[in-house]
Amino acid sequence: MLEIINLHAEIDGKKILNGLTLTVKDGEVAAIMGPNGSGKSTLSYVVAGRSDYKVTGGDVLLNGQSILELGAHERAAKGLFLAFQYPLEIPGVTTMTFLKASINAQRKQRGEPELSTPDFMKKVRAAAAKMGVKDEMLRRPLNVGFSGGEKKRLEILQMVLLEPSFAILDETDSGLDIDALRIVGDGVNSLRAKDRGFLVITHYQRLLDHIVPDTVHVQSQGRIVKSGGPELAHELEKNGYRDYVAAAA
Amino acid sequence: MAAVQETVDKVKSIDVDAYKYGFVTDIESDKAEKGLNEDTVRFISAKKGEPEWLTEWRLDAYRRWLTMREPTWARVDYPKIDYQDLYYYSAPKSMSGPMSLDEVDPELLRTYEKLGIPLREREILAGVQGASTRVAVDAVFDSVSVATTFKAELAKAGVIFCPISEAVQSHPELVRKYMGTVVPVTDNYFATLNSAVYSDGSFVYIPPGVRCPMELSTYFRINEQNTGQFERTLIIADKGSYVSYLEGCTAPKRDENQLHAAVVELIALDDAEIKYSTVQNWYPGDSEGKGGIYNFVTKRGDCRGARSKISWTQVETGSAITWKYPSCILRGDESRGEFYSIAISNGRQQVDSGTKMLHLGRNTSSRIISKGISAGRSNNTYRGQVFAHRKATGARNFTNCDSLLIGNKCGAHTIPYIESRNANAIFEHEATTSKISDDQLFYCMQRGLSAEEATALIVNGFVRDVLQQLPMEFAVEAQKLISVSLEGSVG
Ligand SMILES: Nc1ncnc2c1ncn2[C@@H]1O[C@H](COP(=O)(O)OP(=O)(O)OP(=O)(O)O)[C@@H](O)[C@H]1O
Ligand SMILES: [Mg+2]
Repeated sequence: MLEIINLHAEIDGKKILNGLTLTVKDGEVAAIMGPNGSGKSTLSYVVAGRSDYKVTGGDVLLNGQSILELGAHERAAKGLFLAFQYPLEIPGVTTMTFLKASINAQRKQRGEPELSTPDFMKKVRAAAAKMGVKDEMLRRPLNVGFSGGEKKRLEILQMVLLEPSFAILDETDSGLDIDALRIVGDGVNSLRAKDRGFLVITHYQRLLDHIVPDTVHVQSQGRIVKSGGPELAHELEKNGYRDYVAAAA
Repeated sequence: MAAVQETVDKVKSIDVDAYKYGFVTDIESDKAEKGLNEDTVRFISAKKGEPEWLTEWRLDAYRRWLTMREPTWARVDYPKIDYQDLYYYSAPKSMSGPMSLDEVDPELLRTYEKLGIPLREREILAGVQGASTRVAVDAVFDSVSVATTFKAELAKAGVIFCPISEAVQSHPELVRKYMGTVVPVTDNYFATLNSAVYSDGSFVYIPPGVRCPMELSTYFRINEQNTGQFERTLIIADKGSYVSYLEGCTAPKRDENQLHAAVVELIALDDAEIKYSTVQNWYPGDSEGKGGIYNFVTKRGDCRGARSKISWTQVETGSAITWKYPSCILRGDESRGEFYSIAISNGRQQVDSGTKMLHLGRNTSSRIISKGISAGRSNNTYRGQVFAHRKATGARNFTNCDSLLIGNKCGAHTIPYIESRNANAIFEHEATTSKISDDQLFYCMQRGLSAEEATALIVNGFVRDVLQQLPMEFAVEAQKLISVSLEGSVG
């Protein structure tokens, strides 16, 4: 469960989050929609622990525990996962090496033994098959020269592999072709479980056709200004944000 | 210059008879007096029972050295060295080494722990008094059979691999024919000094057509103790032969001698190939850079024969100051030179390193891949020269220099000199400078890696092309070493 309570945050002196409150329960899939620049990615960074953002008020609880004092890697080991809007390239580090490093870094923090190479390979192969990621891609440096869609697919592959207790997906649908959208949707749906929550940031209904949310929230100027059920997304698709943005201003 | 002038005067003033007398008594002692003069040189030579020609060779070098000046062009900065305040033969162990590990820089001990070095070896590496004799006994005990099998196998192939002092006795014709032909006695200040006072080092000769049956490593050289600060190595690959040589050790080695001026000469005859790999991790000094080693090395390979090949691979992480340019003279037609380098500087380390590729023969080719990583308050300079002689038709070079900066208090510099006197030569040069971005770090950390683990992973990716050139076990060790070297560079 993720509880965001009256969160205020700024970067380089600019206030981006202005008292944002949102709770996503275990087993729930929540969607956030909102205009460009309303601070959706910022929210995901602050929750995940990016150190150049300054939290000036409020709290974030993961499974009942405040995580604001923890480093990004410690939050990850506690089961928090963020699929990036713009995944980063790491030249020279093969995708396989990166996956192994991250899975074992998390296990180490949790005091679990490292995965043996055969066990790891088995897990990766299974996840890759599920996400339609070819072996050849796993041998290439992480995200280097990957197409936009390939990067997004790989984000979900990492999520499947790391089995987080809470995942935030930031515009994972952008750049995906129709088939990839379905594969990503299936990937997420296969992880849906009563002890796992999701926060899905998106601009379009088409992703929510595949990952049907339990709740939908509208973010504007660093705050949640409207919450509702799946029908809210349809309404937004029809009418845009105008009413809510005006209300927030 | 004052000290040098004084030496000249002193040398002149020595009465020959008095000198001879003093000489004879002195040889009973195990160390030369502090300071450098012709006596010191004769003493070293006599200690090793060297033939007349070699004594003269050393003396020539010494006299030449007196006329030379210490170079100042490198981008390194250190207090003036007083050459009369050094010991040039068998440094007095009883006076300067720490008594036990308790007296050793705790930072250094932590590094040993991280590298998983056995306790016994830590003592040797840290220069604890008496440790080397204790361990040498154990090492001989443990490795006698290994070393013997080793020697037998090499002998069967006709390979000569021994201390250079031994080679002077057993194969004087080879040593005389090749020593000083790649790095002439007059080459540069430090090489000339080395020629005068070199202590010991390795000698390798691979006979025609022989592929050396194993990687040669200094580790297996008997009598390796005490090669000291002026090491000298000579490797000759005769026609159509092949050898791979490994030098160094991943553990940070402390030494009471701050100045190290080694010379390495490689000679490849027709169709021969030499692959020389180094992992250098001398003590870099404490956080202020105090007590670190000055590493002023001259390494050069001569592709003397047609179609010969010399390849240098180095991982440089240690020393307070590194001044090192492993080079290739591409004399033989169609010969090839390669230089693969990873140079890491952290803390207050200063690195000025690179290579020279001198294309003299036709259709010669060379390749330079240099990866410099600077962190902390360090400075890291790549200095390289690619030259094509008028006759070097068809010469080709490809150079790729990448620098990676960690933090914003360090410096990276790339200084390439390119000169072609042949219109036909093709030289390509690529250079990049990048920083580990906060975005990259955050991305890795979001997946569970700590800032340090993330940095190490990114750096390992950055140097991958070069790591792949190292022999397997060496590469694994080097990778671990890179992570340890960069600790404390982020945060
Ligand atoms: N370093 C910074 N300094 C000042 N403003 C910044 C900085 N980084 C981000 N911002 C601003 O913060 C605001 C929120 O950005 P954010 O990326 O969170 O928006 P978003 O809702 O994810 O938008 P989109 O839908 O386009 O992805 C933007 O106006 C952006 O320009
Ligand atoms: Mg965004």
